[in-house]
Amino acid sequence: MMVNFSLLLPAVLNGVTTGAIYALIALGLTLIYGVLHIINFAHGSLLMLALYAAFFLYTLAGIDPYVAVLILVPAFFVLGYGLQRFVIQPTSHGRDENILLVTLGLAIIIDNLALWLWTSTTRTIDTSYAFEVIDLGFAFIPLPKIIAFFGALAFAALLWALITFTDLGRAIRAVARERDGARLVGIRVEHVYAMTFGIGTAAVAAAACFLLPTFYVTPQVGYAFVLVAFTTVVLGGMGSFVGALSAGLLLGIVESLGGLYLGESLGQLGIFVIFILILLFRPMGLFGARA
Amino acid sequence: MLLEVDRLEAGYGVVPVLRGLSLHVASGEVIAVLGANGAGKSTLNRVLSGLMPPWSGHVRFEGIETTGQDAAAMVEAGLVHVPEGRRIFPNLNVRENLELGSYRRGRPRRRQNLERAFEIFPRLKERTSQAAGTLSGGEQQMLSIARGLMAEPKLLILDEPSLGLSPLLVEEMFGLVQRICADGLGILLVEQNVMQSLAIASRAYMLENGAFTLEGPAAALLENPQLKKAYLGL
Ligand SMILES: Nc1ncnc2c1ncn2[C@@H]1O[C@H](COP(=O)(O)OP(=O)(O)OP(=O)(O)O)[C@@H](O)[C@H]1O
Ligand SMILES: [Mg+2]
Repeated sequence: MMVNFSLLLPAVLNGVTTGAIYALIALGLTLIYGVLHIINFAHGSLLMLALYAAFFLYTLAGIDPYVAVLILVPAFFVLGYGLQRFVIQPTSHGRDENILLVTLGLAIIIDNLALWLWTSTTRTIDTSYAFEVIDLGFAFIPLPKIIAFFGALAFAALLWALITFTDLGRAIRAVARERDGARLVGIRVEHVYAMTFGIGTAAVAAAACFLLPTFYVTPQVGYAFVLVAFTTVVLGGMGSFVGALSAGLLLGIVESLGGLYLGESLGQLGIFVIFILILLFRPMGLFGARA
Repeated sequence: MLLEVDRLEAGYGVVPVLRGLSLHVASGEVIAVLGANGAGKSTLNRVLSGLMPPWSGHVRFEGIETTGQDAAAMVEAGLVHVPEGRRIFPNLNVRENLELGSYRRGRPRRRQNLERAFEIFPRLKERTSQAAGTLSGGEQQMLSIARGLMAEPKLLILDEPSLGLSPLLVEEMFGLVQRICADGLGILLVEQNVMQSLAIASRAYMLENGAFTLEGPAAALLENPQLKKAYLGL
């Protein structure tokens, strides 16, 4: 196959910007997995909810999605905290398989509620900057994608700093590996679970705000992302922060190159081929050390 | 009295393990609870530190009723449990493990506690940034005790601290327990190592099948024919 760099480079850059969003969504998922040891099936539905929230903040209140980050991140943190503390925890009685079912149930409820409230109409917002492009000399990249890229990376860096340097971060890492030990130093494990779920949900809200200017929202929009996020988490090694970040970026590039060579509609094919190959040959993930 | 336990009963599911235990510990004394595998020693510790609720009975700490309070509340009050199997955080480094020991104590006190812990365990100071999971078994046991001390305990519960240590380290461990106790805190030492425990304890309780079958001053227990026969093979 002919390699045309004037096409290839923009495609890679485009892929990296999408990949940063994938990474951010996957970081939330992998954080929750690493600490609560469950796959949060409601993750995509919460993303959808955040996209609608950003959409209505823009159309009804005129708040730009990039400004809405400051509102939706705390709001979705509180939502996630409350969901874990007052819905998932009490209904699952501490059993992992129950938690799984409760998050699945939550996803179904949120999705159908969205369908009922907002119908399946595809909605987009028109911003003044939606079609602005930045000329990098060798490629033109839409401005909102560049903002999304740096916004997602900045949020990921904040998350990393939180986990690495704060008391809460230490408590989260402690609970992830040694629940009883954590209890014995006085950590309230249920609180840490809820904080973790809140942070994971906040990451999804940030992703939604960065995504909306170049994307659309429907009640089903979460599925596309959550599948990619699962792939990202598996590829990066379950529960691994750096793994999720690199895997997200990689998958963004794979999708973009797939779109370039196979046609737009088959762009995601490569992602799922990778997903299956990873599950077959490296179930611990590309970057994962432990089985 | 630092800790008073009155007719404590507890178990798992419907299976009773502790059948009406009463004991007391004062500040500045080492109290030993001795018993064979499965006697219920760790279960007693778990109930006392709030990891599991008792079925019935009372626990009073510094004269205040604390029955059924959670582990965080007990740590806050000053009852600290260094558990069987160490339970350190393998993915965190030594310093982070220790700092989490002072989780309920605030940052200024944490610094002082850390200095004191390094004074008692100089070997940990050389390894502050090593992942705790890569420490040797003995070092992990020290870290576990040091982490407990970081919580500023008034009562320290030690669950088989000598388990898995070489004879030399066991010696060191019992010396250490005595030294910590000299600072004025109470120690509930749960052990299978009967001779060495009785050597440093002021009183002891023999736990069999969830009930205390013998109790009294350590010196008297050392002479007890029943104990000699059962545990020392004499
Ligand atoms: N989580 C649990 N679920 C059910 N039974 C348990 C549980 N933990 C302990 N037991 C049972 O309770 C009894 C007492 O166990 P415990 O761990 O308190 O003994 P122990 O005296 O600490 O023994 P060891 O010296 O071996 O540590 C045992 O019969 C044990 O099988
Ligand atoms: Mg035990």
